[in-house]
Amino acid sequence: MNGPSIQKPEIEFTDNIRDRNRYGRLWVYIFRFSTIIGIIALATLLFNIINQSSGYVVYEAKGDPAALTLDGVPIEEQTKDQLMRVLSSHLSKGAYSKLDRTKPFAERSRNDVYDLVVERIVKYEVVDSWLLWDSLTRKDEITAAVEEEYPEALLRFDVWINSDFLRRPQSSNPVIAGVRTAVLGSLWTIGITILFAFPLGVMAAIYLTEYAGDSWANRIIQTNINNLAGVPSIIYGILGLAIFVRALEPLTSGTLFGVTDPTSANGRTILSAGLTLGLLVLPLIIINAQEAIRAVPNSLRHAGYGLGATKWQTVWSHVLPNAIPGILTGTILAISRAIGETAPLVVIGASTVIYFDPEGPFSKFTTLPIQIYQWTSRPQDEFRFLAAAAILVLLALLLTLNAVAVLLRNRYSRRY
Amino acid sequence: MEQIALGYPKSRNGLKRRFRVGENAILALLFISGVFSIFTTIGIVYELGKEALLFFRTPNVDLWSFLSGTQWQPHIDKFGILPLFTSTLITSLFAMLIAAPLGMGAAIYLSEYASEKVRGFLKPILEILAGIPTIVYGYFALTFMTPLLRTIFGRDVVEIYNTASAGLVMGILILPMIASMAEDALSAVPNALREAAYGLGGTKLEVALKVVVPAAISGIAAAFIVGISRAIGETMIVAVAAGAGPNFTFNPFKGAETMTGHIVRISGGDLSYDSIDYNSIFAIGLMLFFVTLTLNLISQQVVRRFREVYE
Amino acid sequence: MTHTIEKIKTQRIKVSEKLVYVLETKKLNIYYDDFRAISEVNMKIERNKVTAIIGPSGCGKSTLLRSFNRMNELVQGSRISGEVLFHGQNLYAPDVDPVEVRHRIGMVFQKPNPFPKSIYENIAWGARVHGFKGNMDELVEYSLRQAALWEEVKDILDHSGLALSGGQQQRLCIARALAVQPEVILMDEPASALDPISTLHIEDLIRELSNHYTILIVTHNMQQAARVSDFTAFFNMNGDRSGYLVEYDNTNQLFTMPKNKLTEDYITGRFG
Ligand SMILES: Nc1ncnc2c1ncn2[C@@H]1O[C@H](COP(=O)(O)OP(=O)(O)OP(=O)(O)O)[C@@H](O)[C@H]1O
Ligand SMILES: [Mg+2]
Repeated sequence: MNGPSIQKPEIEFTDNIRDRNRYGRLWVYIFRFSTIIGIIALATLLFNIINQSSGYVVYEAKGDPAALTLDGVPIEEQTKDQLMRVLSSHLSKGAYSKLDRTKPFAERSRNDVYDLVVERIVKYEVVDSWLLWDSLTRKDEITAAVEEEYPEALLRFDVWINSDFLRRPQSSNPVIAGVRTAVLGSLWTIGITILFAFPLGVMAAIYLTEYAGDSWANRIIQTNINNLAGVPSIIYGILGLAIFVRALEPLTSGTLFGVTDPTSANGRTILSAGLTLGLLVLPLIIINAQEAIRAVPNSLRHAGYGLGATKWQTVWSHVLPNAIPGILTGTILAISRAIGETAPLVVIGASTVIYFDPEGPFSKFTTLPIQIYQWTSRPQDEFRFLAAAAILVLLALLLTLNAVAVLLRNRYSRRY
Repeated sequence: MEQIALGYPKSRNGLKRRFRVGENAILALLFISGVFSIFTTIGIVYELGKEALLFFRTPNVDLWSFLSGTQWQPHIDKFGILPLFTSTLITSLFAMLIAAPLGMGAAIYLSEYASEKVRGFLKPILEILAGIPTIVYGYFALTFMTPLLRTIFGRDVVEIYNTASAGLVMGILILPMIASMAEDALSAVPNALREAAYGLGGTKLEVALKVVVPAAISGIAAAFIVGISRAIGETMIVAVAAGAGPNFTFNPFKGAETMTGHIVRISGGDLSYDSIDYNSIFAIGLMLFFVTLTLNLISQQVVRRFREVYE
Repeated sequence: MTHTIEKIKTQRIKVSEKLVYVLETKKLNIYYDDFRAISEVNMKIERNKVTAIIGPSGCGKSTLLRSFNRMNELVQGSRISGEVLFHGQNLYAPDVDPVEVRHRIGMVFQKPNPFPKSIYENIAWGARVHGFKGNMDELVEYSLRQAALWEEVKDILDHSGLALSGGQQQRLCIARALAVQPEVILMDEPASALDPISTLHIEDLIRELSNHYTILIVTHNMQQAARVSDFTAFFNMNGDRSGYLVEYDNTNQLFTMPKNKLTEDYITGRFG
C-alpha cells in the first residue's frame, strides 16, 4: 500500500445526515398511510353497506290496512285462518283459487299468508326512505317532514336484513322480497362445485406432486394450471355457456335422465352453474392442495417405501392424512371465491328472475351474488337496500366459511 | 405362536415384478385428473376460436374493422372493439393508479417497517379485502364512489355511470393483491443485503428504497403485471358502475362499457345461439383471453428470472 | 415367544442355507445425473453379520447403502451400472419389483421418522400392507421386544409415536422395520441424532439383532464401528469426488492392522 503509484484522491462528504433522517421519517408516514388506506377502504365499505341496510321507510298503502281489521284484531296480529278470511273476502274467487292451486293454503305458513295479504290487498309501497346514519342522527327532522308530506303514510324503522328477509323467496315487490331462493340456489350450486372440483383437484394434485416426474409433459400441465388460475372468471362463463349450457344440454337440462321441466330444458341449470364454477376453482384447488402435499416431509414417504409399501399405500396412509388439513383449508378458500362469483353465472344463466326454490341440479337457478347484481341494477332505492341486506348475508356466509378454515388450520396443524 | 412367522402370505413370487391392478387403476385415475385441466384450456381455446371464427365470417365483419373500428353498434353492423377497449384501458389505468403506489407502499411498510404484531394485524385485513366478492365492490362503486365523485366534481361533470368510479374501486380490490405479492418479493431479499447496506451507513429508507426494492424489482414487476391482468378481466365492478352501452370516449367521468361489461350485459339478456351477438362475445372473450394470458405468462417469466437470483 | 423366534430363524435359514453371502455388488457405479458418486465397488455381505461402512463425509456411504434396497431410485436423476445381487439375483434386473426388494431388505434412517400415528399403528401398518394375516397384537409385541422397547411402551401403545424420546423413536423405527420380517436391515447412521445413552441402547440392539438378521450400518463413529460390526468397509473419495472402496476386512483386522495407508490414517485420525 505504500507504493508511490497510488495517490489518495480528495474525499469530502457533506454532512447530510439530518436531511436523510428527515426524509426517512416522512416516508414512513407515506408507507404507513398506504397500508392504512386498506383499513379505511374496508371500514368505508362496511359502513356504506350497513348504512344502506336499515333506516326509516315511509310506506303508503293502496288499500287501507285499518279496514282489514277482523274481530278487532289488526292484520299484523291475525291468525292464519283470519288472514285467509280477509284474503278470500277481498280477492275474486278466481284469483283466490288460483293462489290455492300454485301452492295449497294448507301448505302455506301463517307468515306466507300474511305476505299474500300485504302483496295483494294492502299493497304497501315505499314512497320515501332514509339511510341508517340519517335515521339515527336526524330522527326528529324526519318524523316532522313525514307528518307534513305524507299524513296518511306509515313511517317505520326497517332493518332490511331480518329473519323474514332470509325466509322469504324473491319477489318483485321489495317490501316482501327475500333471499331464500338465492341462498338455496347458491348452496345447491356450490354443492355441485365441491362434488366436482374437490376430488378431481385433489387427485390432480396427488398426481402432479407424487407421481409426475420432471418431464416436459408434466411441466406443461403444471404451467397450464398456473395460467388457468389467472384466466378472468368471465371467460369460464363463456366456456360454460358453450360447453355445459349448449353442447351438453341433454345432460345439464336433465332430459337425459328423464327430467321434463320445460323451464330448464335450455340447460341453464344449477348443474351447469356448479360445473362452470367447478372449472373455475379447479386450478386454485390443485395449486393449494399441491402446496399442502409438498409440505409433508419426505422422511414419512421414505419410511413408507423403506417398509416395502407401494407408492399408493404410502400416499394414502401417510401423505394424504398429513396433508388433508392444508388441502381442506385451501379448498375452503377456493370455494369462498366460487360463492362470490357473479360474472360467469350471469353469462350462463341469462340472469333471469326466479321466484321458486330450486329443487335439484336440474332447476333453473339464481344465486346470492346474482340476486345482489339484479337488485343493484334497479334504480329504486328500496332495491339498493335489499342489495345491501343481501350483501350482508353473503359476507356472513363467507366469514363463516373462513372461520371454519382458520379453525381447521389451527386444530390440525401437525408437528412431525 | 407359529402364526406370526406364517402370518405373511406364503406364495410369494420371489422378487419378481407383480402386476398390481389397484395400483395401476389408481395411477390411471390420477393421471386423468392431472391432465383434465389441459382439456379446460383446449375447451377455452377451441370454443372461443370456433365462435370467434363464425363471427369474423359473417358479412360486414372483418378483423381489421374489428380491431380499429370506433363504433360498436350491432344493430347497424358496426363491430369496432375500440370503444370497449378504451374503457377497459381507462378503468385499468385508474385501478393501477390507486393500486400500484399504495400497494407498493403497503408492501414496503409491511416487509421493512412493521413489527411482527402490526403485520399480524394488517395482513388479515388485506386478506379480507382481497376476499370480498367483486359484486360487493360494484355496489360500493355505485352507491359510494360515484356519489362522492359527483359531490367533488359536480353533478353535471360526472355521470351516474362512469369509468372513473369503477376504476378507482377496482384499485381498492387490486391493492391487497399487489401488496401481498410485492411483500413476498421484498421478504425474499436476503437479510445479508440489508446488513451490508446498513454497514455502509444507510438509513432505513435508503436501505429499503435503494437496496431492497431494486433487488426485488422483478417480483414487484410481476405483481404489477398480474394486477393489470386482473384489472382487465375484472367484470362485476364495471358491469354495475361503468355504464351500459359502448361509448368511444377518453373522458373518465362519462359512462362507457368495457369488454367484460359488454359480455355480461349481452349475455344477461336472452341470448339466442348463432346470433351475431352470441358470436361476438366469443370474439371479445378470445381477445380478453389472449391479453390476460400474455400478461400472466410475462409475469411468470419475470418471476422465474427473479428466483434464479436467490436460490 | 422363543418358540416363535426359533420358527422364524429356521424358516429364514432354509431360504438361504447354501449361501453365506446375502448381498454382493459387482462393478457397482452409482450416478446422480452426470456425477459419479460411487465407482466400481465389489463387495460381499455375509449373512447374519454386522457390516459397517465408514469413510469421510460425502464419499457416498448413504448412496451405496440406499442402492441395496433401491431407495436411491427415488432421487430424480440417479442411476446405477453394474449389479447388486441378493442371493445371487440381480436386484436391478428389469423384472424385479423395487417394492418387493424393500420388503426383504428393510431400512432405518438417520433421523428417527415414526409415522404420526400411535405406536401400535407404527408397527402394524407395514405388516398390514404386506397382507399379514396372523395375530397382530402378538406381532407388535414381538417386534417391540426384539427392538428392546416393549417394557417402556407396553402401557402406552395408543400414544403417538412422536411422543417418545429420540432414542425410543429410533428403536420404534427399528421395531417397525423388523415387523415386516426382512432378511437384511440397512441402517444409515442410526444413532447419530441420539444422546450417548440411547446410542448405547441402539448398539446393544444391533449386536443382539445380528443373531437373526444381516445388518449393514453406515457410521461416522469409528468406535461404534469397532464395537458393533463384524466386518468393516472403508470408503474414500478420489480426485473427482467419486467414492471407492479402499479396504474391506474383518473389523478386528481392519482396525488393528490396516493394509492400506489411507485406512490407517483415517482410523487414527490423521486423515485429511
Ligand atoms: N440427491 C442427490 N442429488 C445429487 N447429488 C447427491 C444427492 N445425494 C447425494 N449426492 C452427492 O453424492 C455424494 C455422496 O453423498 P452421500 O450422501 O452418499 O455421502 P455420505 O458418505 O453419506 O456423506 P455423509 O457422511 O455426510 O452422510 C456427495 O458428493 C453428494 O453431494
Ligand atoms: Mg450419509
